[in-house]
Amino acid sequence: MSSQAFEKRKETLASMCDERARMLQDQFNVSMNHVQAMSILISTFHHGKNPSAIDQRTFARYTERTAFERPLTSGVAYAVRVLHSEREQFEKQQGWTIKRMDSFEQNPVHKDDNAPKALEPSPIQEEYAPVIFAQDTVAHVVSLDLLSGNEDRENVLRARASGKGVLTAPFRLLKTKRLGVILTFAVYKTDLPSNATPNERIQATDGYLGGIFDIESLVEKLLQQLASKQTILVNVYDTTNQSHPISMYGSNVSDDGLEHVSALNLEDPFRKHEMRCRFKQKPPWPWLAITTSIGILVIALLIGYIFHATMNRIAKVEDDYHEMKELIKRAEAADVAKSQFLATVSHEIRTPMNGVLGMLHMLMDTDLDATQQDYVRTAQDSGKALVSLINEVLDQAKIESGKIELEAVQFDLRAIMDDVLALFSGEAHEKGIELAVYVSDGVPEMLIGDPGRFRQIITNLMGNSIKFTKKGHIFLTVHPVEEVMDSVDVETESSSRNTLSGLPVADRRRSCAGFKIFNCEGSSHPLSPSSSDLINLIVSVEDTGEGIPLEAQPRVFTPFMQVDPSISRKYGGTGIGLSISKCLVGLMNGEIGFASIPDIGSTFTFTAVFSNGSSNSNDSKQQKQRIKNQCHTTPSEFQHMTALVVDPKPVRAKVSRYQIQRLGIHVELVSDLNQGLSSISNENRVFKMVFVEQEAWDKESSISAHFVNSIQKIELGFSPVLFLLGNSLSSSRTNTATSGAYTLSIITKPLKASMLAASLQRAMGGNTGNPRNGEHPSLSLCNHLVGRKILIVDDNRVNLIVAAAALRKYGAEVISADSGKKAIKLLKPPHQFDACFMDIQMPEMDGFEATKRIRDMESNGHIPILAMTADVIQATYEECQRWGMDGYVSKPFEAEQLYQELSRFLQPPSTANS
Amino acid sequence: MDILNQLQRQYTDFTALLYREGFVDDNFTQVQKLQDESSPDFVVEVVSLFFEDCEKLVNNMAEALEQQDVDFKQVDSHVHQLKGSSSSMGAARIKNVCIAFKTFCEAQNREGCLRCLQQVNHENTQLKTNLQALFTLERQIVANGGSIPVMQ
Repeated sequence: MSSQAFEKRKETLASMCDERARMLQDQFNVSMNHVQAMSILISTFHHGKNPSAIDQRTFARYTERTAFERPLTSGVAYAVRVLHSEREQFEKQQGWTIKRMDSFEQNPVHKDDNAPKALEPSPIQEEYAPVIFAQDTVAHVVSLDLLSGNEDRENVLRARASGKGVLTAPFRLLKTKRLGVILTFAVYKTDLPSNATPNERIQATDGYLGGIFDIESLVEKLLQQLASKQTILVNVYDTTNQSHPISMYGSNVSDDGLEHVSALNLEDPFRKHEMRCRFKQKPPWPWLAITTSIGILVIALLIGYIFHATMNRIAKVEDDYHEMKELIKRAEAADVAKSQFLATVSHEIRTPMNGVLGMLHMLMDTDLDATQQDYVRTAQDSGKALVSLINEVLDQAKIESGKIELEAVQFDLRAIMDDVLALFSGEAHEKGIELAVYVSDGVPEMLIGDPGRFRQIITNLMGNSIKFTKKGHIFLTVHPVEEVMDSVDVETESSSRNTLSGLPVADRRRSCAGFKIFNCEGSSHPLSPSSSDLINLIVSVEDTGEGIPLEAQPRVFTPFMQVDPSISRKYGGTGIGLSISKCLVGLMNGEIGFASIPDIGSTFTFTAVFSNGSSNSNDSKQQKQRIKNQCHTTPSEFQHMTALVVDPKPVRAKVSRYQIQRLGIHVELVSDLNQGLSSISNENRVFKMVFVEQEAWDKESSISAHFVNSIQKIELGFSPVLFLLGNSLSSSRTNTATSGAYTLSIITKPLKASMLAASLQRAMGGNTGNPRNGEHPSLSLCNHLVGRKILIVDDNRVNLIVAAAALRKYGAEVISADSGKKAIKLLKPPHQFDACFMDIQMPEMDGFEATKRIRDMESNGHIPILAMTADVIQATYEECQRWGMDGYVSKPFEAEQLYQELSRFLQPPSTANS
Repeated sequence: MDILNQLQRQYTDFTALLYREGFVDDNFTQVQKLQDESSPDFVVEVVSLFFEDCEKLVNNMAEALEQQDVDFKQVDSHVHQLKGSSSSMGAARIKNVCIAFKTFCEAQNREGCLRCLQQVNHENTQLKTNLQALFTLERQIVANGGSIPVMQ
């Protein structure tokens, strides 16, 4: 590209230079032609006429006026040929002497100051060429002998010999000091033939006409006329002498750059001229090429950088990824370790804690004074709290590691509710809180699910409620979801006052407003008929406690997040319970939610899905049957009796009715004593018993006396037994006094079917059946396992004998086996064993393997096999289950532990036996 | 009567000492509780069975540890056995030694194992002497027509 540009430049230069040379040449020729014409003019009018028509003045004026024709000449002059013989006459005629020129040239300084007179007269020569006419611009040369000047002499001689215009070499002009050349033409006497010899020409010469060419200004003028003068530098040389060119124009800057030489033909064959042209500026940089390459370089750099950066980035991301992976691995490992740790530690604590609690339990049975008993009870409570805390932590750990699995066993939900009620009744009683349970009739008697976990959720919610409630009530209700949804409108009617204690509560419907099951309600019934075997229950716990502050409500279900730290100081607890409950509810395919208004109360509601445990469907006839069935735990002597409940509050009345109905008693409700009186007075109705809510009794104390009287008036044997449903023991006691003659039995709430039955029996003198008072039967050690045949497998004889002795204490028949193989042999069906304790670590065949084989052999039936292990790590439990074992006892075992574990599996027949 | 009282107090003190010094623990109490009319010699039975087993196991372990190429797994299973019986019986000291013993087995530390074995032997002898003394006391009490005080 560069060379191309160079070529182009060279071409441009050449054409420009040639153009200039040609123009210079043309103009020069024009001037020269005119000078030649002037020579002809002189020959015609000076020499051709006698007397001459031209004198100095005429010449000066003519040349002045025709100067525009010769733009290149600064002046013209005419010198005549004067032979020495003619000198005297000539000088006389002219009035001046012929002067020498070379001296003039040697002292050019004096040229202007000193008049020509000061010049030396020309020495004697063969001939002379004095200037007679001169243009005004060169008037000083008049009378000078041209032949006496070096340059001029040569020029004159050459001109007359050739008959053509000749040029001198360039020299400094006398006046202007500028470079110039003199053009000389010879003027001949006669017309000479064009082929005349030089000699003939010399002889014919009359004079010489000279034009002074100011080359410098000439070229300058010329260049000024042309464009792009600035870009080009022009030098003109006289190259007659090749080795020493004489500069005629231009600065003598030597430059090795591009140069073009054009020949100049100035019509003088003797002299050679040339023009050299250069560009003033060096060739411009090839900017395009430079910018392009720089651009490419930059782009390449950028791309390189981007590439580099990308690689770096990728490497960094990869590093990060590996780091993350490592971190995840570590976090997972830490999580596993944490779970393991929690499980191990809690198990390790639980085992000795059981010992502590057991011992405390035994200590309670010994003879203690009141203070000691108090201490022991406190110790026991603390121990229980610790165990429950550990259990919670363990649960949380299990839930977090997804290890928790729900059981699916048949259970009686109402019994569980009674248990929960019993659990909290003491505390509620102390605080004066009314506690009530209501289970809808729509809930089947038997359900299949995990009663323990279900109970855990309820216990947790109840525990929270009772912790934060100081007055009012806690109300636990269980309904099938369909029932609640159908009754939504009905409930809206019930006023906020219609609560158990009359205090306002948080709306239950709001607590479950977010449940999915209700949200899809609009379209169709959420439970399809095909799922009739699945029972979706909605359980809610309503309290009139202090509520949850609004800002704390969003994190209620977050583990270890209590409302604020002061709570745990005030009320204790880890804040883990609700989180566990939520997980458990989730496992039961349910949802949990709450509504809470500070200082009014909270209502927690959850749903849970169970299978229907009763094979029959719940039509009304079956329901009756079921109510009867419920009474299997209670004496059926009250069946078909009718009772009257006097209670101004429908909700509370409903609870009372629910509990009384469970005994098989038909219940009628009235809202006050007056109504009650009229009901009793009705002859057609025979009420065996009357339950009066204490509130109604106290409110209408005037009527109550009347009421008692009227009851007494009724024929003996038909008069109903009067019960007062009291809230707290103290207040009912005072009432006993006022009731005077009539036997007024007080039933302390919370109502429970079993307790109710006991009270009824006592009051009505019914003495049939054993008076079960709803308390757990105390364990009588001796004969719980009578008739039980139990196999113990352990390779350790000491273990064997101790375990066997322990079980024999409970009356069981114990067979020992010291290896897994023997156990398999003994348990080959059919066998008589009721249960088996199996050591895990045994030589030859371990307990797991043995159990697996035993399970393989079992065609029908399932013998409970319990592992005996010293390995307390939690994982063992899962391991036991995996191999088909039913549970485990840890070694060294205590008799009680063995029995307790065993009794879990032997329950149904054991009750039959007792 | 005086003698009986003295014997009974001696028995109580001695038993307390055994617990305090850690020779036996609660499990021994449990074993004692299991003894009743139907099995009047239960404790003695268990204890003698234990010592029988113990000696056998100690011999086995000593033999195993003498081998050029010790089968630590074998030793470990013996120790496990011993640990099981000692904890069932309530021989707390032996049980504790067994725990350390197992650790050495897992680490395949022959030196440690031998040391533990020696310790087991030592504890074994001590326990045996102590229990024999205890049983002698019991027999004397019974011979004097008294009942054996129950430890709480």
